Amino acid sequence: MASYSTNEFKAGLKVMLDNDPCAIIENEFVKPGKGQAFNRVKIRNLKTGRVIERTFKSGDSLEGADVVDVAMQYLYNDGEFRHFMVPDTFEQYQCDEKSIGDTSKWLKDQDSCTVTLWNDAPLAVSPPNFVELAIVETDPGVRGDTSGGGGKPAVLETGAVVRVPLFVQQGEVIKVDTRTGEYISRVKE
Amino acid sequence: MMRLRAQVLKDIRQFFSARAVLEVETPLLGNSCGTDPQLDFFTTDFCLPPLQQGLFLQTSPEFAMKRLLAAGSGSIYQIGKAFRNGESGRFHNPEFTLLEWYQVGFTLPQLMDEIAELMTVLFAGRKDLSPTQRTSYQEVFQLYTGLNPLEFSCQDYCAYARYNDLSEAIDICGIDHGLWLDFIFSHRVQPNLGENAVCMVYDYPSCQSSLARVNECNPEVTDRVEIFINGIELGNGYYELIDSQEQSRRFDEEIVVRQQRKRPVTVKDKHLVAALESGLPECSGMAIGLDRLLMLMTNSATINEVLNFPVHRA
Repeated sequence: MASYSTNEFKAGLKVMLDNDPCAIIENEFVKPGKGQAFNRVKIRNLKTGRVIERTFKSGDSLEGADVVDVAMQYLYNDGEFRHFMVPDTFEQYQCDEKSIGDTSKWLKDQDSCTVTLWNDAPLAVSPPNFVELAIVETDPGVRGDTSGGGGKPAVLETGAVVRVPLFVQQGEVIKVDTRTGEYISRVKE
Repeated sequence: MMRLRAQVLKDIRQFFSARAVLEVETPLLGNSCGTDPQLDFFTTDFCLPPLQQGLFLQTSPEFAMKRLLAAGSGSIYQIGKAFRNGESGRFHNPEFTLLEWYQVGFTLPQLMDEIAELMTVLFAGRKDLSPTQRTSYQEVFQLYTGLNPLEFSCQDYCAYARYNDLSEAIDICGIDHGLWLDFIFSHRVQPNLGENAVCMVYDYPSCQSSLARVNECNPEVTDRVEIFINGIELGNGYYELIDSQEQSRRFDEEIVVRQQRKRPVTVKDKHLVAALESGLPECSGMAIGLDRLLMLMTNSATINEVLNFPVHRA
């Protein structure tokens, strides 16, 4: 892998730091008029998701990390691992629950998602920004209610719990924003 | 923005004209350049066949202006471009506008009074600033870190770094006192300086300045001042060193450091040393980055916002 100097640290660049793959978020050039130049860098550890700040002497470099985002189809859960497939090549990958984390509550069989690979092994899974899922459980609606008001909790087929308006019924399919976990609309079958 | 810049330049010229300080121009292209190991310069080739000669774009007009002072110019100021290689970021453009002035007969406290007056004039009607603050380097360093900047204790500095989320400093700085001060000052002290006010920091540790005079009463510090607003470094000034032997010695030291760090080589400015030998009058000088000044007046987040054409579009 190539190595990158502090001047090349752009947002999104993937590098190795303390043996973990990381993504650069922000890079600030700090230089007193009569002093040493530094780069104050904000970095996300892609394994833990934690964001740290680290300073480098300007001109120092870091090894690049072999990290790529690949669009895949979610196949199934075998109880221990979840399985994904690259649609073009039919290549399959398995992920443990740890690397999937919170994403699992949005994953439905056959749906597409993005898998981040580090040295060809899954590091993280991110769902599409919007998913369409069926409601498996919610209290019966109140007649005459419109979309205003407080809403009620609804359990979706993947296990996620979302607040929905009172008129939305069990069995209906809804569209959800996975970044905020918020209800967007009903989906007409 | 263009209008503001023009108006600020006009105000500066008025300020110095009222004080009978003469506006001067000095070459941007010179035969030599500052030896400061922290500054990188641009070099160009002057081709006049059969002659071919390397010339340097100036990192500051300081040396040429000191030659004028030694020649008896009296107090002078200049508004011009300065060039620093390898500097680009939110607060840096490799080409920037500098206001530099020298007041003959001024001591550092007198210079600081004048800086405060200039800032008041320039910010009047543009941004309300709280009263100017003055503090010594030692005072402010101790206030924000608890460390003594004048006495290097590797153990204390390392412990501070470990407890303050800066442990990478231990590897970067090693046993280099000056580097430790740069690191801790720019990370933990500077961001606090001059909250909506001009903050002047004076009495810099001796290891932190190459052209300032060592303080008469306390040889551990030099007569150097830096000014900050909202944590942004705006300018630097000295009670100028006039001892030509001492200056020549510091240049030699810096050239050795440059060689050790494998930085581009430079030659000692013989003209300046000769000028100092013939006698530089007692004076104080100050340089202020005008682009950053405009950033502060307009609350701009990056220097690019105040430049018509930042380097990537120049």
